[in-house]
Amino acid sequence: MLHTINKSPFQTNALESCLRFARSGHSVLLFEDGIYAALKNTRFESLVKSSLTDVKIYVLVADLEARGMRTDNIIDGIKTAEYGDFVDLVANNKSVQAWL
Amino acid sequence: MEDEEVIKKFLYLNRKAPYGSIYALESLEVVLIGAAFDQNVSLAFIDDGVYQLKKDQSTDGIGMKNFSSTYRALGDYDVNKIYVDKDSMDERGLTIDDLMNLTYEDEDDDYAEKPSISILTSEKISALMEEQDVILSF
Amino acid sequence: MSTIEVNGKAVELDEEGYLVNLSEWNEDIGKILATQDEIELTDGHWEVITFLRDYYDEYQIAPAVRVLTKAIGKKLGKEKGNSKYLYQLFPYGPAKQACRFAGLPKPTGCV
Repeated sequence: MLHTINKSPFQTNALESCLRFARSGHSVLLFEDGIYAALKNTRFESLVKSSLTDVKIYVLVADLEARGMRTDNIIDGIKTAEYGDFVDLVANNKSVQAWL
Repeated sequence: MEDEEVIKKFLYLNRKAPYGSIYALESLEVVLIGAAFDQNVSLAFIDDGVYQLKKDQSTDGIGMKNFSSTYRALGDYDVNKIYVDKDSMDERGLTIDDLMNLTYEDEDDDYAEKPSISILTSEKISALMEEQDVILSF
Repeated sequence: MSTIEVNGKAVELDEEGYLVNLSEWNEDIGKILATQDEIELTDGHWEVITFLRDYYDEYQIAPAVRVLTKAIGKKLGKEKGNSKYLYQLFPYGPAKQACRFAGLPKPTGCV
């Protein structure tokens, strides 16, 4: 199952809720303002790090770069994704939950 | 034709409080419209979504339609699997007594009136999400 | 949008002929809307219209035809809670047409 997050963790609880409900083996894609959750040194870093043991987390590079961030700013273990990878993730998962 | 249709599992996942945004009402309308198609439908309420089911809503003062009464019609539309996340309730200081009493008539049990709402742990809600064919997020 | 005149008062209808302002409704408006469809309202019609208005009052929606049929059966008896009886009364659809006469919005769940 794929979860998507497009809001900043500082704006809504989408990230926290998502990680509370995501189960082992699920994937989480951070895009649009959701990419801020992928960055190092935020107050969400430890939450994200601890989730990485169970779930795969991806961040959409185009949204990262658009906001002036680089892939070396992201937490170790988070994978980068291009638009094509986003499509593959949607296609390869049985269902998608968008954490609006 | 109808017999050949595949019954899919649809979950409407509600995470927003009513009135402050259009999500809650939109979700309810889609549920009612979708109920015309025979599918396996469940509703889940997590995060601020649990506020949608709070009883005693009265919108006279804000000039908006009080659509909370419409949740009580869901049973008529054969929508009777309504799940509420216990952690979200606890966090907000709510108990089952704060929620509307939603019921349905069980056709297979001499039309006995039964409660539609179940309060589940987050773990159970996760499992519920995982078994769906389609999740509609609001 | 169109307007009908009932007892010297203009009543606004939407593009599908449903009342724009639900609170304007009265029985005379119901009768005139029915006359436009060449229907003279009988007790049988009024029973359904009253039922729909009560349902809307309680649940804030006009029921879909499937829900209406079942609920009418429960309230008014099986001989009335079936499509055949209800379509005889309201040939353009017991929910859609009856809701229009009843001054309610188009039923939720009717495509």
